[in-house]
Amino acid sequence: MSDSTAIAHGTAEAHHEHPPYQRHHFETIAQQNDATNFAMWLFLLTEIMFFGGLFTAYLIYRNWYYPAFVAASHQLDIFWGSLNTLLLITSSFTMAMGVWCAELRKKSGLVLCLVLTFILGLGFLGVKTVEYREKWEKHHIPGLHYSVSSFVDPASDPEVHDKYPKDQPLALDMARHTELYFFLYFAMTGMHAVHMIIGIAILAFMIAKAQAGAYTTGHVTFVENFGLYWHFVDIVWIFLFPLLYLISRH
Amino acid sequence: MSEVQDGPEQHEHEHHIVSPIIYVIILCALLVGTGLTVWASFIDLGPFNPIIALAIACTKAVLVVLFFMHVKYSSKLTKLTVGAGFFTFLVLIGMTLADYFTRAWGRW
Repeated sequence: MSDSTAIAHGTAEAHHEHPPYQRHHFETIAQQNDATNFAMWLFLLTEIMFFGGLFTAYLIYRNWYYPAFVAASHQLDIFWGSLNTLLLITSSFTMAMGVWCAELRKKSGLVLCLVLTFILGLGFLGVKTVEYREKWEKHHIPGLHYSVSSFVDPASDPEVHDKYPKDQPLALDMARHTELYFFLYFAMTGMHAVHMIIGIAILAFMIAKAQAGAYTTGHVTFVENFGLYWHFVDIVWIFLFPLLYLISRH
Repeated sequence: MSEVQDGPEQHEHEHHIVSPIIYVIILCALLVGTGLTVWASFIDLGPFNPIIALAIACTKAVLVVLFFMHVKYSSKLTKLTVGAGFFTFLVLIGMTLADYFTRAWGRW
């Protein structure tokens, strides 16, 4: 453990054959891959804790104001929610296939998979826009565009009521508590959508790089770790969908 | 010192490439799970509705983590990190919810 051996070792390392993408502070490429994979998982775990806080708040308030949360969740359209689940699950599949293509150095396959993931992600955001638009029309956006009377007396706005004739009037205290549901709905789906937008932006960057042949030289770390991020966003939605749309339906 | 550790152990987790057939199977399982959870939500099972929905969601999440996120084929360090992370997460959520659900908080 003397200094001289450390220096000798270091000099030997400098002449050691290694791929150009291996950083000098790693002994082997396997060690570098393990370290980046580990770091990515640590980041994702902090993200899980972050979303966990929102999920916990949702479950506590749902338990307290159960009837209001049931009534409010009936405002969401299961069709759009299911469609978005299909889009996101399929995009996770195309992303996994993209990582596979990168590993096997299939450049055109990788670009195709990334483009498909990109399109499916945009499709998800498009559906979300349709849903948010409806909430705006019905005055269901807390803090920005919210009206308790739209719940107490849905017929008070004839234009909206003609479009959604099935809305039943709610008691005032229940109508007020729907605001909490929609606050949590926008906080959770909004945060999820922010993650989607970041992911789509990175995908666009990756498509450009992949076309230049960046990830098909054996160095797949970036694609692999982005895949982990994308699957994580998918997992968040896998829990958001039943909790927000489904569990109060029957 | 590091030379000693550079034994066969280092190559134990030789980068595993998961076959696309497995991805297709997982995709199908996830789609079936989605259909199942939507179908189950229309049946009135009382307190079991959220339990079933969460059970299906957890199964889907485990499939994604194990196969799409390659944890099944990852190093022991990754497996331990992911396991410990989810365990901590469940402790945090479980303890908080146990407290809120068993006291009369917010019932004024």
